[in-house]
Amino acid sequence: MKKNGLKAWLYLLPSLIFLGFFMVYPLVDVLIYSLEEGYNSASQTFTGVGLYNYAYVLRDPYFMQAVKNTFILVMITVPVSTGLALLISLGLSSIGKLRELYQTIYFLPYVTNTLAVGLVFMILFKKTPYTDGMVNLLIGLFGGRSVDFIEGPYWAKMFVLSFYTVWIVLPFKILILTSALASVKKDYYSAARIDGASGFKIFTRITVPMISPMIFYLIITGFIGAFKAYSDSVALFGTNLNAAGMNTIVGYIYDMLYGDSGGYPSYASAAALILFAIVFTITVINLLISRKKVNA
Amino acid sequence: MNVRLEGLTKHFPSRNKKSKEVVVAVDDFSFEIPDGKLVGLLGPSGCGKSTMLNMISGLEKPTSGRVFFGDDDVTDVPPELRGVGLVFQNYALYPHMTALQNILFPLENLKGAKKLSKDEMLKRANEAARLVQITELMERKPSALSGGQQQRVAIARALVKMPKILLLDEPLSNLDARLRLQTREELRRIQRETGITTVFVTHDQEEAMSISDMIVVMKKGVLNQIGRPQDVYDDPVNLFVAKFLGNPPINVFEGSVRGGKLFIGDEDVMDAEGVSDAPVSVGIRPEGFVPKEGGRFTCDLVGVEVMGRDTSVICNHPAFDGANIRAIVSAENRIDTEKETVSFDLKPNKVFLFDKETGRRIRPGEENR
Amino acid sequence: MNDYEKIERRAAKRKRAVRIITIILLSVWALIVLFPFYWMVLSSIKSYSSYNSERIPKFIAEAPTFKNYVSAFTEVPLAKYFVNTLIFTVITTALMLVVTVLAAFAFARLDFRGKNVVFALFLALMMIPNELVIITNFQTITNLGMRNTFHGLILPSVTSVFYIYLLKENFESIPDELYKAAKVDGTSDLKYLLKVMIPISRPTLVTITILKVIECWNSYVWPRLITDDRARFLVSNGIQEIRENGFGRENIPAMMAAVVVISVPLIVLFLVFRKKIMEGVSRGGTKG
Repeated sequence: MKKNGLKAWLYLLPSLIFLGFFMVYPLVDVLIYSLEEGYNSASQTFTGVGLYNYAYVLRDPYFMQAVKNTFILVMITVPVSTGLALLISLGLSSIGKLRELYQTIYFLPYVTNTLAVGLVFMILFKKTPYTDGMVNLLIGLFGGRSVDFIEGPYWAKMFVLSFYTVWIVLPFKILILTSALASVKKDYYSAARIDGASGFKIFTRITVPMISPMIFYLIITGFIGAFKAYSDSVALFGTNLNAAGMNTIVGYIYDMLYGDSGGYPSYASAAALILFAIVFTITVINLLISRKKVNA
Repeated sequence: MNVRLEGLTKHFPSRNKKSKEVVVAVDDFSFEIPDGKLVGLLGPSGCGKSTMLNMISGLEKPTSGRVFFGDDDVTDVPPELRGVGLVFQNYALYPHMTALQNILFPLENLKGAKKLSKDEMLKRANEAARLVQITELMERKPSALSGGQQQRVAIARALVKMPKILLLDEPLSNLDARLRLQTREELRRIQRETGITTVFVTHDQEEAMSISDMIVVMKKGVLNQIGRPQDVYDDPVNLFVAKFLGNPPINVFEGSVRGGKLFIGDEDVMDAEGVSDAPVSVGIRPEGFVPKEGGRFTCDLVGVEVMGRDTSVICNHPAFDGANIRAIVSAENRIDTEKETVSFDLKPNKVFLFDKETGRRIRPGEENR
Repeated sequence: MNDYEKIERRAAKRKRAVRIITIILLSVWALIVLFPFYWMVLSSIKSYSSYNSERIPKFIAEAPTFKNYVSAFTEVPLAKYFVNTLIFTVITTALMLVVTVLAAFAFARLDFRGKNVVFALFLALMMIPNELVIITNFQTITNLGMRNTFHGLILPSVTSVFYIYLLKENFESIPDELYKAAKVDGTSDLKYLLKVMIPISRPTLVTITILKVIECWNSYVWPRLITDDRARFLVSNGIQEIRENGFGRENIPAMMAAVVVISVPLIVLFLVFRKKIMEGVSRGGTKG
């Protein structure tokens, strides 16, 4: 038994080293950083301990801009992507033969490089001296006015960002919901038909409650994912997100850490912990709601 | 309400996508279920029983043929308008609703003139619950109910809208042995109390025999025999039906008829007057053997199982087509287990002759081709 | 019964209409998904001059050229980015597999004091967002002088608690009898792991590998923080670099050629392992 115990720890050793060094220690360290005032990266010294870093971050207009952007993005993309995924999955489950082909197509964005395809999106939406871009041509076709979605008004930029985010996150949600729908036994639908329920009623009273655990799972992971938005924004608007006014909380953290505005790990840590607090709170709220609503 | 099926046929496209062949699940089925009876639809798995049930309920449309409820042709009527109640094999209770919500669900869907007020719905649901004796379980969800309780809820849900016809798919197969006995009596009681024409599907002959007013035996989508359970048991139309009913099963031998005598091996075991000479399959019910010193039919004795009321004699014979012959005899017969053979006389009404090729029953006086 | 026939016929008609509308709407989304891919390939085979002369972009390339692909490899160090990413992906995935298999084996097969506590701690770590630990890791790697090295890129990217969890579950489903039989035959634990458990769990291992490869290939944030030397860029940073400083002028066709080159490996991987990937992702991958 004892020998076995020693051997077990030996097998665990590599993962313990990696996790300890790159996850547990940083977790403690980030708290310390966030409390060290006036930290100097070069000399690794600090002047005091307190909450100044938090206060600084919360007063920083760039941070507030990032928070605002992130919240708007979350509020748009989570409901839109979840709803759209539900509709698409329902559609998929009703079309028979074509289903596999469509599923494959819909999954493609999952395996693409966010940065690379973001560049394509940028080109489709951007107005340049040479051309108005594909999307503006389409708008023109329907009689609308052209807009520069990449360097134009805020709402236009937010629209592209939301659109691209939905495009990226949809494959995962469609996949989860189609398998959830497929796992609902056919007998329930037969029973509901015998009981005389209409198609809409079957959807609201049978289908949705049956897959509600999965819907809530998607909403929860959707919130967490959307709050961490960053690379999609970089892909569309470039690395200088503060200048574009399209920074996100995560982007703010990285900017504080590195780059032209970097070198402030204390501010970055404080911002990261604020983000964690936000995500944590929202997840707990989500879980409380789902505990009430979801029927296991 | 009586149910009449006329030439009901159902084809399914073959699973193998390449072949154009169709699978015939139900083939030219015609029979009538009298009003207020409990009918068992009996057959081995995969014989099209459930398809039959689905066609009666309207969940599946027949390829051809008609379904009548009373005088109404309901072939094209969608299931929700047929007024049938259906209990699924796995009950299909909505897991997110309580027992009460499950039972109320069909009532909520009623429209127009049939629409009920909340109080009426509750009253009807409670009546149904009382009938199946689950009144104290109404607030529980299916996951908190035992298999037997779930089934009662499912029956209540099927009965609550007062269907003209109640259909049950393998109602007992998901229950353990003890509960099965109890539940089948319960089913019988509920059916008697409501007087609803009831059709249930089963692969268990004992289940079908024990509670049905009438059984319908089918094989590979084809109707084989229909009648009162005892009649079908006593007078099977073919070897399949004879083998399918009865436990322990019927013993089948290779035999032949020569000059009005039935031969098994070299022994002339029984008179068979009026049957023309031919090789035959001989089916002998376990209770058809009467042990008798110097009887006409002699078998090798393998062993004896004493069961108290009667005795099971296990023997062997070269012409037998299975592993062991099982004869059930009264315990008063003393079988000498020291001996190597045992002799019997046969009860003529427990011995059936079948055509060796087609398995069709051969009756004395009939021409057997 | 004529009424019923009418109802039936009307219902059948409506069903067909609903089906057609469904297919049309699904096709619209399929187009939206596919269009960017089409556009990047299309733009990548247009010449610089013809691309910029099309005020209204044409949907076909009239004079397709592969010159852009040549420039993608000659004018910017795309090949270098590519090789870097390949090295990064292969080593990270291999290390991850070793670490994961060993840990999963210890949790699933061996008994030791504190096992449940340690496993609970592992699970708790699954909930820690990357953003929280990346700051210290950045400092650590910088202080260790490992910026712009493969060590610095790879080491913090190795562990994935989720994969340990997934594999442990899989290992536990292997019946005890096999282990006992192996013990009776005098097989060592390590040999049992290599000869029995790993082959049996191959499907899960393949799934984990593919998911990790996708994750590595697309990783952007960590490489961006830890590399500023172009010679160590991975493709994600490479493409960003190309966008901001590459090709001298706004050479979009050449950029698109680079995008195509970067996207193709994963799309091929996906088309080959379609079923495995989709199954693996639905078992718990998230786009991270």
